[in-house]
Amino acid sequence: MTTNDTETVTELKNVHLAFDEKEVLQGVDLSLVPRERVVVLGQSGSGKSTLLRLILGILKPTRGSVQFKGMEVTRMGRQRLNRMRQKMGMVYQYSALISSLNVRDNLALPLEELTTNSRREIDEMVMQKLELVGMADARDKMPSELSGGMRKRVGLARGIIMDPELILYDEPSAGLDPVTSTVIDELIISLSEKIGATSIIVTHEMESAFRVATRMAMLYKGRIIADEKPEAFKQNPDPVVAQFISGDTKGPLMEGLPDENT
Amino acid sequence: MISPLPIVRSALQQVSSVLWLLIHTVQEMGDHMMRGRLPFRLSIFFEQTDRSGVGSIPLVALVSFFIGLTMALLTGYQLRPYGQESLVPSLVAIGFTRELGPLMTGIMVAARVGAAYTAELGTMTVTEEVEAIEAMGIGPLRLLVSPRVLAVFLLMPCLVVISDFTAMFGGAIVSSWAFDIPLQLFFTDSLESLVIRDIVAGVLKSFLFGLIIGLVACYKGLSVRGGAAGVGTATTSSVVTAITTVIGFDTLFNIVLVALFDK
Repeated sequence: MTTNDTETVTELKNVHLAFDEKEVLQGVDLSLVPRERVVVLGQSGSGKSTLLRLILGILKPTRGSVQFKGMEVTRMGRQRLNRMRQKMGMVYQYSALISSLNVRDNLALPLEELTTNSRREIDEMVMQKLELVGMADARDKMPSELSGGMRKRVGLARGIIMDPELILYDEPSAGLDPVTSTVIDELIISLSEKIGATSIIVTHEMESAFRVATRMAMLYKGRIIADEKPEAFKQNPDPVVAQFISGDTKGPLMEGLPDENT
Repeated sequence: MISPLPIVRSALQQVSSVLWLLIHTVQEMGDHMMRGRLPFRLSIFFEQTDRSGVGSIPLVALVSFFIGLTMALLTGYQLRPYGQESLVPSLVAIGFTRELGPLMTGIMVAARVGAAYTAELGTMTVTEEVEAIEAMGIGPLRLLVSPRVLAVFLLMPCLVVISDFTAMFGGAIVSSWAFDIPLQLFFTDSLESLVIRDIVAGVLKSFLFGLIIGLVACYKGLSVRGGAAGVGTATTSSVVTAITTVIGFDTLFNIVLVALFDK
């Protein structure tokens, strides 16, 4: 997909990343335009979550460029990086709620630390976001008292507490039952429509991916090998994409994995 | 023969990492202050002072009481044949104020508070809580490290004073029972034998030990890798490193002090 710089929310150009000797990303190109929901698919360990950390500036690429609204993330100092992160909301696979704080304080933390809003205003904003995800009753509960699905919803509410322009989801429906998974997917769609945010969703669950995506990208061997609308993605003739969608055990994705008969 | 180079390299890496942590924490605090805000969250600071400072009083007092008592008893028996039991109060007072108070408190705080800090921050690291704080644009060092390090830095001298007094109290009780030194006389002798230099040296040491324990514990916690096992390894390493560093700096401090003032 070609977009011009002023239109993109975030853009990765020829991004390479290596941990020790292992090159996880080998020239990733990906850009997101406002309000779209891009799903990044790929096998476990293919570097999908790493992409999110690169966009957030938590990891720095060994080569290539990562931009947010035309600004180079890799060259930002600490203060600019923090200001940029306030425009993003990250939703973690295991929610990553602060275990020593209750739900209200978890959501209020960025508002208390980064804004000058009064306690009453903060309480109102917290309640508003909790209502959006249907968790208003859990306001005073500790994270340990919540189920996996509830924690995920609170994580979602925390991700949007600063009204971000870009929401990053790391495996939002992993480990959830099918019904809760659908609820979370619907929440992702409704949140992106209600607050007008752009979303990047990392997952390997096909059903969930087709439900939420407005565009789909497939990460394989450190590169994006397919990047298109869900309908076109479904028809993609690439054997890697076709095998990933079908979940077949025979095909190129089994290369390097142990033989089923051994 | 085992080459000392890797050990020296690893030690230097750890020292530079701890210094990096200190510098970046101060920078993050500075950033926040420039925005007209407090450098750390007061609620976390008071929670930590209560947990690490007030919560350590029973342990520090009890252990110091017994060590003071034992010290008085053993030195008293050694001095009795020479008729010098009257030196016991000054021995306990000087020994504790200048050396044993800060050192024993440092070891106890490293084991009790340092281990707790490492385990807590280590668990937060493996559950991605620390990264989540960073991803929100909040400085995790300012939020998590600064109140903890400041709490143990500021509370260490208070704990050392408690350690000194309880040790003298233990020494006084055993001296009145075993060597017929009245309580009143024990305390008068103790106070008379102390000079300002002993008190200042003890207090300075305790600030330094507090800073070392806090920084080492937070650094070890934030650099945890590898889940629950990693938290366990980091906690053990934190206590061992903090205790060794405290003893090392204590020796260095004593050498410098003697070289400068006791010639």
